[in-house]
Amino acid sequence: MEFEAVIGLEVHAQMLTDSKIFCGCSTKFGNEPNENTCMVCLGLPGALPVLNKKVVEYAMKVAIATDCKVAPLSIFARKNYFYPDLPKGYQISQYELPIAEHGRISIDLDGKKKVIGITRIHMEEDAGKLIHEGVGEDTDCSYVDLNRACVPLIEIVSEPDIRTPKEAALYLKKLRQILVYLEICDGNMEEGSLRCDANVSVRPVGQEKFGTRAELKNMNSFKFIEKALEYEIKRQIHTINNGEEIVQETRLFDTSKGVTISMRSKEEAHDYRYFPDPDLVPLLIDDAWYNEVKATICELPDDKIQRFVTQYKIPEYDAEVLSSTKQLADYYEETVKHTDDTKMASNWIMGDILRELKNDNIEIDACPVSPKMLAEMIKLIKDGTISSKIAKTVFEEMYRSKKMPDAIVREKGLVQVTDSGAIENMIDDVIAANPNQYEQYKAGKDRLFGFFVGQVMKLSKGKANPKLVNELLKKKLT
Amino acid sequence: MKITKEEVEYVAKLARMYLSKEEAKMFTGQLDKILDYINLLNELDVNDVQPTSQSVSKRNVLRKDTADNTFKKEESLKNAPSQDKGFFKVPKVIE
Repeated sequence: MEFEAVIGLEVHAQMLTDSKIFCGCSTKFGNEPNENTCMVCLGLPGALPVLNKKVVEYAMKVAIATDCKVAPLSIFARKNYFYPDLPKGYQISQYELPIAEHGRISIDLDGKKKVIGITRIHMEEDAGKLIHEGVGEDTDCSYVDLNRACVPLIEIVSEPDIRTPKEAALYLKKLRQILVYLEICDGNMEEGSLRCDANVSVRPVGQEKFGTRAELKNMNSFKFIEKALEYEIKRQIHTINNGEEIVQETRLFDTSKGVTISMRSKEEAHDYRYFPDPDLVPLLIDDAWYNEVKATICELPDDKIQRFVTQYKIPEYDAEVLSSTKQLADYYEETVKHTDDTKMASNWIMGDILRELKNDNIEIDACPVSPKMLAEMIKLIKDGTISSKIAKTVFEEMYRSKKMPDAIVREKGLVQVTDSGAIENMIDDVIAANPNQYEQYKAGKDRLFGFFVGQVMKLSKGKANPKLVNELLKKKLT
Repeated sequence: MKITKEEVEYVAKLARMYLSKEEAKMFTGQLDKILDYINLLNELDVNDVQPTSQSVSKRNVLRKDTADNTFKKEESLKNAPSQDKGFFKVPKVIE
């Protein structure tokens, strides 16, 4: 029997605010344990939470960017559970009436667009951090740091529209790109500012009814998500083929072994007893506020790609690579302000610049070659001052020394030789030095033409204009 | 009966309350009466009424995103029954 997987993703994104979602504590990472705490996030009796306006606006931005319907009225709820990561005994979240519902994200699947539905987006507080080992001498204890408690999160829940691990990774990458573009989340999965859980089930192809699902946790990189899903899908198919039942449960991905493991201690089903939080008042979003926030949303990746294709006449592939981050797209646009050759600019950025940045493990913001410098260099290629080959040398020097390209060309004497007389002299020298090849060429061995071009270029140390060399050689050799 | 003894025991467990057999029996009786009384509300037609989530009339109580906490770490830890190296110390919990 052939099976297909049904996957839905729940993504938690930490918002880049200065203060927590319900109190004025700093969200700064790396402070001393419990330094960023107050009576609200410690859950001291009588302390009241007050909603951070920026969190609402950030959630609205994500909602608008993913085509969700923003709710004119939404409320907060208490999700009740006892665990020392939240001292109140409940997490403030949204349950009924979340801030947004019914959106979509489209992914590019081998050239075809696929739309993944978004069920809902809601705001909630993060929990604190528990350390079980290595803090104090007491091995019977867990150590609690509540700096992260009450840090703002938004949760984005997808519809079960995802069918393969690859689609899951594409969806997550796209969502991450949108969040980073909106500058509301740093998107760092390793550090936990973007976390992903997956609901996975399998069913025979053609069957409408969903199978029993497992919830996967602990997948903190794109690679692990694909691996965990691949493993889990295989495991479920194997289980069914063995005539066994799938158990609805939470499973953890073991990154070292590459397998998912049942969290047996969670056998007892959670019963969160959600109810409206009486400490928080309803949130109303009117058209004026909605439009005000909407107006602050930057151009999003999909729109940018389309605009680059039409405005700069570059291939869609180029536009996608250049739009991968807002900073890279800005760099490209700044470059083409100073040069007309939009495709050459794209080639240099996608090739040499991205390669150098990757080697040095730095971002485009820290690129030693400014857009202006790159454009100046392209100008030198275009007006024939330097050849493309010499340009590689100029680029390397520019990247190393941050000197302007024309200065480098002058200092190193890299100006392209476009003087026909000088090139003709070089050709004569090459012919004189290679009488055998010359005779063979004369006798009809056309293939040797390339040899002569190479020799002339070599003699000129790469500085001869290749087009002129070709033209003059043809004349000389016939 | 609106509620069973098993349900009372389950709710008690969720609330980390440990009831003796007598207590469970007593609370089942009392809760049953309360639920019976509350059930009177079912006689009302509330089809056109929005569920109430908040009894005060205020809406949109919001604060600016400013980190202005003046609570000191020492104050945060002051009431903790057990602490070490700036952490709250709790009995070991591993799920």
